[in-house]
Amino acid sequence: MAATSDSAGAPQTTGLIGWIDARFPLTKLWREQVSEYYAPKNFNFWYYFGSLALLVLVNQLVTGIFLTMNYKPSASEAFSSVEYIMRDVDWGWLIRYMHSTGASAFFIVVYLHMFRALIYGSHRKPRELLWIFGCIIFLLLMAEAFMGYVLPWGNMSFWGAQVIVSLFGSLPVIGHGLVEWIRGDYVIADATLNRFFALHVVALPLALVFLVGAHLMALHEVGSNNPDGIEIKKLKDAKGHPLDGIPFHPYYTVKDVVGVAGFLLLFCGVIFFAPTFGGVFLESPNFEPANPLQTPPHIAPVWYFTPFYAMLRAVPSFAGTQVWGVMVMGAAIVVLFFLPWLDRAPVKSIRYRGPVFKIAVGIFVVAFLTLGVCGLKPPSGIYPTLAKYCTVLYFAFFLLMPWYSRLDSHKTVPERVTGHA
Amino acid sequence: MSDQVDHSRRRLLTMATVGTGAIGAAFAAVPFLASWQPSARAKALGAPTDVDASKLEAGQMLKVVWRGQPVFVVRRSKAVIESLGNHDAMLADPKSDDSDQPEYVKATGANRAINPEFWVGLAVCTHLGCSPLGAFEPNNQFQVAGTDLGAGWPGGFYCPCHGSKYDISGRVFKGMPAPKNLPIPSYSFSGDGRITIGVDQAPQKA
Repeated sequence: MAATSDSAGAPQTTGLIGWIDARFPLTKLWREQVSEYYAPKNFNFWYYFGSLALLVLVNQLVTGIFLTMNYKPSASEAFSSVEYIMRDVDWGWLIRYMHSTGASAFFIVVYLHMFRALIYGSHRKPRELLWIFGCIIFLLLMAEAFMGYVLPWGNMSFWGAQVIVSLFGSLPVIGHGLVEWIRGDYVIADATLNRFFALHVVALPLALVFLVGAHLMALHEVGSNNPDGIEIKKLKDAKGHPLDGIPFHPYYTVKDVVGVAGFLLLFCGVIFFAPTFGGVFLESPNFEPANPLQTPPHIAPVWYFTPFYAMLRAVPSFAGTQVWGVMVMGAAIVVLFFLPWLDRAPVKSIRYRGPVFKIAVGIFVVAFLTLGVCGLKPPSGIYPTLAKYCTVLYFAFFLLMPWYSRLDSHKTVPERVTGHA
Repeated sequence: MSDQVDHSRRRLLTMATVGTGAIGAAFAAVPFLASWQPSARAKALGAPTDVDASKLEAGQMLKVVWRGQPVFVVRRSKAVIESLGNHDAMLADPKSDDSDQPEYVKATGANRAINPEFWVGLAVCTHLGCSPLGAFEPNNQFQVAGTDLGAGWPGGFYCPCHGSKYDISGRVFKGMPAPKNLPIPSYSFSGDGRITIGVDQAPQKA
């Protein structure tokens, strides 16, 4: 880039870039957001998942656009148009598997990204709003994934939609009318599929891209957290750059490319060798067309919803309504938004926190994974009981946090980030 | 006239403009929200469905479509009908007080049917709308979808999605995810085993 800077650091550009800079803040944006965005120098493995989430988002957008070129959003044609993409469209199978595997990859990456924030305290002040934007993105992503799963109009699409849309029916007074309004018919029907298509390909992606932009703007405003949970802006060199910071480009762009390479290795492995991932990424009942008369013998949502689905099933109906299970499931998401205020520990990172928090995180992870398994299994045997206990543990982790995080011991946080120079 | 800005007047006018704009926006949203309601075509498809259940054997079941929803028609044997009152203690709502059905069906008590031999009900679980399976054999070892229905199973329906169990009159058992008995649509008999779903039974027979 033909850029030099004067003593004040303002860009002095010439040529084409100079022409653009006089009319649009291209160099300014590049510097502020990338080449002179100082990130902590001690990022580790956990810091790959933000850039990977961006990669998967782009993958979903590009493959999604190409899928809509052959997909038909009508109850009579949807299933066969997906089969048409798989069999007759050149490379259609690849584009579809990139999209369907991308959906699962998105959740793997996002769950790990959120877990990173949890253990290093990346949600704590001043990053509360950054965390809240992230929670909204997670919520929209669930809506986006759910509606996308309905589009192939397989039997699991149909019955999954039936179950999830019926959740709204349990709300008192407005429930029945609300469900009819969402479906646009008295049953899940063509009208439902058509509007889910509109939301899946236009409304929600638009909102997601906008929110990802807001998430990044908030991040670059407050600066990245790091595995030590230290604010690197406290100590600056003579030029005003953080002592423990390095420019995002080239240092972290290069680092993230390594993460991308590793990710693509696994991602392509799934696309080419196990696109259904043994019925976990694409469930076998969805290879049958939707049949409004025949519920599949065992309904399970795709794996990324199963922890929440298990909570829904774990709560029995009470006082003539099953709204409680729906409320518990909703609360499991809502509680995430409050995490920055539930955590009262004087230090951010798990590296300097006491044993109570470490044990609590361990229990939480086990409970969450167990719930995921329970949600995949039929509601019989040991699973309903297991799901009940794990639901309690999930909520206990969050709701008891104000107490145990304050009582817990902690180590002294160093002034500078740790690790190799 | 003073050349001072009247701030309170300006604030009032600004608020009035914003308020009017907000009301206009709310009205403008109505057509978009209303466009999600079932269309005129969807409403027109709610016609009655005729079923000929006369060829069913006892213990057999038909599944028909009415208004896009699956409906069960089950023929029950004399023995099954007589045993219907025996497990009331296991049921959440044995008298169907808190369930959806026409009055003339509720009046038949444990039968929940105009003609006890033919049970008609929506095959839509009251939990989250899955379609239950028939599990009519009153057998201790009965298995459906990998689930043992337990000892003392009197026969009925089992919802594979979340494990709700109903008896053979569609009455839900206690402690199930489903809160209510299976709903029963309006229906009527026209001749021997010919059922019209969606048309009420003429009152004289009830």
